[in-house]
Amino acid sequence: MALRIDPDHRRFRDIVRGKIKQDLRKYISQGELIGRKGKDLVSIPLPQINPPRFHFGSKNQGGVGQGEGDVGDSIGKSDPNGDGTGKAGDKPGEHAIEVELSLEELAQILGEELRLPRIEPKGKERLISQKDRYVGIRRTGPESLRHFKRTFRQALRRQMMAGSYTPERPMIVPIREDRRYRSWRTTPLPQSSAVMIFIMDVSGSMGDEQKEIVRIESFWIDTWLRSQYKGLESRYIIHDATAKEVDRDTFFRTRESGGTMISSAYKLCAKMIEDEFPPSEWNIYPFHFSDGDNWSVDDTVQCVDILRTQVLPHVNMFCYGQVESPYGSGQFIKDLNEHFDEEDHVYVSEIKGKDAIMDSIRDFLGRGK
Amino acid sequence: MASLPTYLHDIQRDIEAYGKAYGLDFWDIEFEILDYKRMQEVAAFGGFPVRYPHWRFGMEFEHLTKSHIYGLSQIYEMVINNNPAYAYLLEGNSLVDQKMVIAHVLGHVDFFKNNYFFSKTNRRMIDGMANHATRIRRHMERLGVEKVESFVDACLSIENLIDPMSPFIVRKAPERAPTSPEPETPEIPRLRSKGYMDKFINPPEYLETQRKKLEREREKPRRNPPEPERDVLAFLLQEAPLEAWERDVLEIVRDEAYYFAPQRQTKIMNEGWASYWHSKIMTERALKASEIIDYADHNAGVMATAPGQWNPYKVGVELFRHIEERWDKGRFGREWDECRNLDERRAWDRRLGLGRKKIFEVRKYYSDVTFIDEFFTEEFCQEKKFFSFALNERSGNYEIDSREFQQVKHKILYQLTNFGEPFIFVEDANHENRGELLLHHRHEGVDLDGDHARATLNSLHRIWRRPVTLMTTFDGKKKALRFDGKDHAEKAA
Repeated sequence: MALRIDPDHRRFRDIVRGKIKQDLRKYISQGELIGRKGKDLVSIPLPQINPPRFHFGSKNQGGVGQGEGDVGDSIGKSDPNGDGTGKAGDKPGEHAIEVELSLEELAQILGEELRLPRIEPKGKERLISQKDRYVGIRRTGPESLRHFKRTFRQALRRQMMAGSYTPERPMIVPIREDRRYRSWRTTPLPQSSAVMIFIMDVSGSMGDEQKEIVRIESFWIDTWLRSQYKGLESRYIIHDATAKEVDRDTFFRTRESGGTMISSAYKLCAKMIEDEFPPSEWNIYPFHFSDGDNWSVDDTVQCVDILRTQVLPHVNMFCYGQVESPYGSGQFIKDLNEHFDEEDHVYVSEIKGKDAIMDSIRDFLGRGK
Repeated sequence: MASLPTYLHDIQRDIEAYGKAYGLDFWDIEFEILDYKRMQEVAAFGGFPVRYPHWRFGMEFEHLTKSHIYGLSQIYEMVINNNPAYAYLLEGNSLVDQKMVIAHVLGHVDFFKNNYFFSKTNRRMIDGMANHATRIRRHMERLGVEKVESFVDACLSIENLIDPMSPFIVRKAPERAPTSPEPETPEIPRLRSKGYMDKFINPPEYLETQRKKLEREREKPRRNPPEPERDVLAFLLQEAPLEAWERDVLEIVRDEAYYFAPQRQTKIMNEGWASYWHSKIMTERALKASEIIDYADHNAGVMATAPGQWNPYKVGVELFRHIEERWDKGRFGREWDECRNLDERRAWDRRLGLGRKKIFEVRKYYSDVTFIDEFFTEEFCQEKKFFSFALNERSGNYEIDSREFQQVKHKILYQLTNFGEPFIFVEDANHENRGELLLHHRHEGVDLDGDHARATLNSLHRIWRRPVTLMTTFDGKKKALRFDGKDHAEKAA
């Protein structure tokens, strides 16, 4: 059921998420409600915007209450967000840890936080321009968009209210205030012809946990970016000592083992770019995930060479995520740092565990790059 | 608008008859049944079906929805001060709940209609709010949502700078008599006396000082406003260089602030009065025997007070009952006040039976401040176990700091005065002779929140369009906060 308040609510959510009215952001406080879900106490986040006012600052004004107790007895914790006007904390001593945030909401918030950096308008046939849609009725607008039916209906309504309408002689004369116009909304779609190339190390040293981390991370990057940009392509490469291109499904399911020759993957990536994604028309984003345990120093040298000559000149950014593994040496990230320190479109990130996935995604795609 | 089903309509008729028999005096009441979503929407709109578009209603709605989903709160009753009054019932509530709400609402409507502080409010506010919505929507359509909303935000951040008493101040129209120019030498005021006493009562020295005073008065530069003005919003409406639409928005915000002010001034009384009557009507008339347990349960929920909390429903109803008992037993007047014998006081009963009459009188002439000031007695304070609490900085806990009557009462009154908000006055509209706005905060022991105060100056600057200065006190030192449109400055004053 649509409510009158829905637009107000949407606007509030947009402010809280920082989509509009950034100037209000500094007045947002994260309140919470302590609720109960079954046996557990849950904390329900309750963002609140308190516009500035002249009001008393000190929180320790206290207040007046009713009930048992002696002078000096505690009646509750100080509430950091409290306004100090006679409200003490709720119930002392209980702990609520859970935070309610639906996956949907999370995806949405993160989706808004992330974006493809350095995306440039490229390509021709994939260029999506702005789209206009007629969505409603307004009181103002160009005459060419006047909505006759609504205008006359409004005029009829006005005349009936004013009592100047006679059913015997149904004459309806719209005046200026009656006019209604079709209104439209322009939705700009970020134009993009971009390809993400996900490369995953599936060698023996990558344990199940490591692979899972990589999959979760690439899954979210993939999903979020797809939801944010139209016309996005993704390609998947897995490698151990040799590399091959696989489809999405295989990428997220394969279990392989073997040695590690990172250069093989980079070669394939470079070839893919050369054959299919001419940089003049594509924004290219390779993401490589590995535990950083390359087979040999020679291979690493080769990797650096391929990256420098065949990959980096063509891509918008290159992301390398290294998962911590008990077996690997984790040397590769150091090598990359050493060789590409001055390259500003190489991003490396160390992923220490599942908890770090979010930070790593932010490293790669956070705003402000 | 869904009309009430017959069985509820009958209940309403019965309860209204009981209420009338008790002497309650109310307008017609239109009840409407809402499902919980609509109920929350209306509650977020402050009880009205339509408000102007603004995000804060959405915020309120989200809070209500979330606390409803987790079973933390439920809106039982809502009623608008309007003639006819509009009130809402929650769909799916049990019959005994609906009865209780209807009885409670009677109390509120009686209060709205008869309490003096409501006497100047717009009794057609339901239309008023709808008009405000239309006006603001129209501005938004013409100028864009963002622009208008930002201005609404600015106005809202100063909406507390009103003078709740100003509707009651009858101001004379500025006396302008163009035909008779101001006399060059105004007459020196004399004390009234019989002719032969005049030179004793108005000796020459006295007349001389009076004359000098007048002269000084005249030489003093004319100030705008002549006296510090508490109704900052009204002053800005008159004096600020606003565009037509901005003036309209500010006027709307001010109108609504004044409409809601009496409800804030009489929260304890209003809720107490309504609770008094719902329990009276329910227990003496409207309840069936089978409903008693449910009623008692819900009533206890409404009256519940967690330790350290202040429940206006409970305080109000207890105080009304206390007053009724005192006037029934004749516990007032000089004899009572002077009686120091505890046994005698406990047994005091003059069988006057004036209680009912007294509480009706109280509901007519009092507001929370005067209500507490006059009737919150030491006996009441002890009997109902009031205490005051304060933050213990060391433990971070709120602790009971006193059960002393004077201290408790002082704290209550302190928090009620001006709704616990600072007193801010416009001092000068031409500060430093540069058209700057000078405000003054009358410091009464508690400092302002500095960050918010500075940010509020931004809002004021948006409206005044010239630098704005606020004189206030921080840590015992007089300070002048100034915002000139770009930078904030703080000077010792």
